[in-house]
Amino acid sequence: MSASLLRFSSITKKIWMALLGIFLLIFLVVHLSINLCLLRSDPRWFNDAAHFMGTNYVVKVFEIVLFAGFILHVALGIILQVQNWMSRPVRYAVNNKSTTPFLSKYMIWTGGIILLFLVIHLTNFYIIKLGWASGPRFIDGEPNFYQRAVDLFSQPVYSLGYILLFIVLGFHLNHAFQAAFQSLGLNFTKYSRCIERFGIVYSIVVPLGFIIIPIYFLLIHSAL
Amino acid sequence: MNLTLKIWRQKDAKSKGKFVTYTLENISPNCSFLEMLDILNESLIQKNEEPVVFDHDCREGICGMCSLYINGRPHGPDDAVTACQLHMRKFKDGDTITVEPWRAKPFPVIKDLMVDRTAFDKIIQAGGYISVNTGGAMEANHILIPKPAAELSMDAAACIGCGACVAACKNASAMLFVSAKISQFALLPQGRPEASERVMKMVKMMDDLGFGNCTNTYACEAECPKSISRSNIARMNLEFICAKASWE
Repeated sequence: MSASLLRFSSITKKIWMALLGIFLLIFLVVHLSINLCLLRSDPRWFNDAAHFMGTNYVVKVFEIVLFAGFILHVALGIILQVQNWMSRPVRYAVNNKSTTPFLSKYMIWTGGIILLFLVIHLTNFYIIKLGWASGPRFIDGEPNFYQRAVDLFSQPVYSLGYILLFIVLGFHLNHAFQAAFQSLGLNFTKYSRCIERFGIVYSIVVPLGFIIIPIYFLLIHSAL
Repeated sequence: MNLTLKIWRQKDAKSKGKFVTYTLENISPNCSFLEMLDILNESLIQKNEEPVVFDHDCREGICGMCSLYINGRPHGPDDAVTACQLHMRKFKDGDTITVEPWRAKPFPVIKDLMVDRTAFDKIIQAGGYISVNTGGAMEANHILIPKPAAELSMDAAACIGCGACVAACKNASAMLFVSAKISQFALLPQGRPEASERVMKMVKMMDDLGFGNCTNTYACEAECPKSISRSNIARMNLEFICAKASWE
């Protein structure tokens, strides 16, 4: 796979990066809408949503597409970065002082932090779903993800790490949104300002939606 | 003005270079940056030392020959000007100024501050032209061109191919240069017949020469002495997608 990716032209790699990025942006909204069920005091809301996501065949197909998409997005990101480092074998003595969007320069690093979190996240939830690890379960053996979330978010260190991660994700999305449209060649029309503003709103609202959940569990749910 | 200059000196392409420090006194603030380097070179020649080699030609900001990376910015601290149009009044008395050549794998150093920018010529040769039959000039108004398209094309054609976009980009990407050269034709009816072939060939040549990939940080646009817009890159990307879908 990596040999085929290397043969892609620079723009083809960027187009795939953008398409996969937009797919992941949509996935985040779906994920957030399910996570927000945790804010309901009735655990059935979240567990029913998790059960639906775990058993629906359409979702199962998309799960494979999602994993493939994420792996490809990461692989392309690494290939692009290594090629970019190789394009300037001798660095400048005085660091670049050009005026550029600050967060755009650190996409590989914010991406790396998100990848690290994803591994932890999958370890906490996905392997329980697969039955590879023990965790809170109902009597019939179905995983109780609501209880798992409560257990994790009740730990201040985990919640703080979760909040920090979503701030980093916000930084990543802030640049990623408009950059995806630029890579797809849709950023030179009268809609470019609109895309830029929507990207800023998205990069604040979506991570904030995720951040509300650990805050709720730390401050409100524990006091109930 | 009294200045300290830290200038990259490199004997030839194969030699290892290093920074050499020079001091200059009584430099007029009205001097251009290149005139200041001329004064330095005269003093070096008088001392039987090798003068600093740097590219220059028109000294009017239109030829694209200057290629100096000054204090961390291509063409220095002023916006939208070439190094030849940069004046010493932009610096303060007692400043230390670091001058480096463009740094990119496809732009190897020839000597001191002079780099080989043949890579840009190769990209143009790959497709940065329109094929026309020779003969009598056509009637100017034979092909009607909408005014906005003509203006955008002219904006793109303002690129002087200096390479500041490559020098400024953290990835040494040539996307702004290539996109400007593609846009200036893509926007005009005369450029449409070969548009697909042009974008495919020029992008392939850009990649083959070892330029980096665009990560949309837009340092190229910020440092371009001709203020070429990043919207040209978006246009090139769309041209590439359409060409990829239709090219046999």
